[in-house]
Amino acid sequence: MIVAQRKSLERIEQMLEGCEQILVVGCGTCVAVCMAGGEKEVQLLAEQLRMRGKLGGLRRTIDEITLTRQCDHEYLDQLAPHVHNYDALLSMACGAGVQLLAEHFEGRLVLPALDTRFIGASDAEGQWSQRCSACCECILDLTGGICPHTLCPKGQLNGPCGGADHGRCEVDPENECAWALIYRRLELLGRLDQIRTIQPPKDHSATTRPGRQRHPAFDADGSED
Amino acid sequence: MSERKFEPKVLALCCTYCAYTAADLAGSLRLEYSPNVRVVKLMCSGKVDPILLLRAFERGADAVFVAGCAQGECHFLEGNVRGKRAVQHAKRLIAELGLEPERLEFFHIPASDGPLFARCADQMTARARELGPNPLRSSAQQDAGSALEQPRDAHPALPQCRAGVLIRAAEGDE
Ligand code: SF4
Ligand code: SF4
Repeated sequence: MIVAQRKSLERIEQMLEGCEQILVVGCGTCVAVCMAGGEKEVQLLAEQLRMRGKLGGLRRTIDEITLTRQCDHEYLDQLAPHVHNYDALLSMACGAGVQLLAEHFEGRLVLPALDTRFIGASDAEGQWSQRCSACCECILDLTGGICPHTLCPKGQLNGPCGGADHGRCEVDPENECAWALIYRRLELLGRLDQIRTIQPPKDHSATTRPGRQRHPAFDADGSED
Repeated sequence: MSERKFEPKVLALCCTYCAYTAADLAGSLRLEYSPNVRVVKLMCSGKVDPILLLRAFERGADAVFVAGCAQGECHFLEGNVRGKRAVQHAKRLIAELGLEPERLEFFHIPASDGPLFARCADQMTARARELGPNPLRSSAQQDAGSALEQPRDAHPALPQCRAGVLIRAAEGDE
């Protein structure tokens, strides 16, 4: 899922300067799971902004709502009856959600309350780590399900580099060497010979931005071939 | 407006098994403790959510404390650990918005320790006196917004069930 983090209250206040009617819009999907922009976090941020407003003697109204998802037009429609009441929509979704909200209600001020960080997984309660860099060419079949492109700071596709020290990464000894992990995993799977496969460089043109994708079932002309 | 002496309002959120029992015991022991403390009983200190604590301050509490069982003795195993975490998070949040985090605290109070409850109550009242009134007290009644009504999902993921009878979405409410 997408892992994000709330911006500092200072930064959020800066963006909101001059706005009196504010709607905090949460997203119930990825950012709810990583405890950055779900219903609970919306409540907390809205409450902080209310208290801050009162402390500063501001007459402002902070309302809140959490949508199932902000990266789908269907869910954004739910806001249609409300948006005209607000000077600003403060979105607690990932960057994609913020942008779709801004596009859906073009002409409304939409502001981001989160910093979107990475595609990750949960390590422990309240803790996440990056697992995938969306390279468009997954090689996890050859690396025992461990992504060197993401976990190795050098992105070595053929590793380890010469710097690995007792299974630790030379860039940050806090981290285990991705390739040491891959070696152990392949050994466990009895597929150690795979580590000898030389990986050609990735086709970085695949990650040319902005990426677009169409599901084959939704081909433009609908023709059969 | 007449100048009245500042009397702090202190809110105590006590878990029913330990802290509340300790408060009860303090009463039976005829211990004297600060009358500024309003006790609210919770089933478990793990029920405390940071939003409840923030709202208490928005509505004018001068100090708030959450009290749960002694470490390792929570009746729900780790409710007090969660309660403590919620308090720590709420402390960060109120500090971020410009309120003194000392106005909020978590205490472990075993059921048998009435005197400890009395000391905690006195300590938080003293802190509130020292820090002065919560600046949000004067605006406690001021409306500053709320949650919008969530539209009903037109396509609920699961069929509803009433009195054991499945109701398909199309049949809806009477
Ligand atoms: S190789 Fe790594 S970065 Fe590429 S898709 Fe697979 S997990 Fe993601
Ligand atoms: S030590 Fe391992 S993880 Fe670190 S840079 Fe070298 S190959 Fe990558």
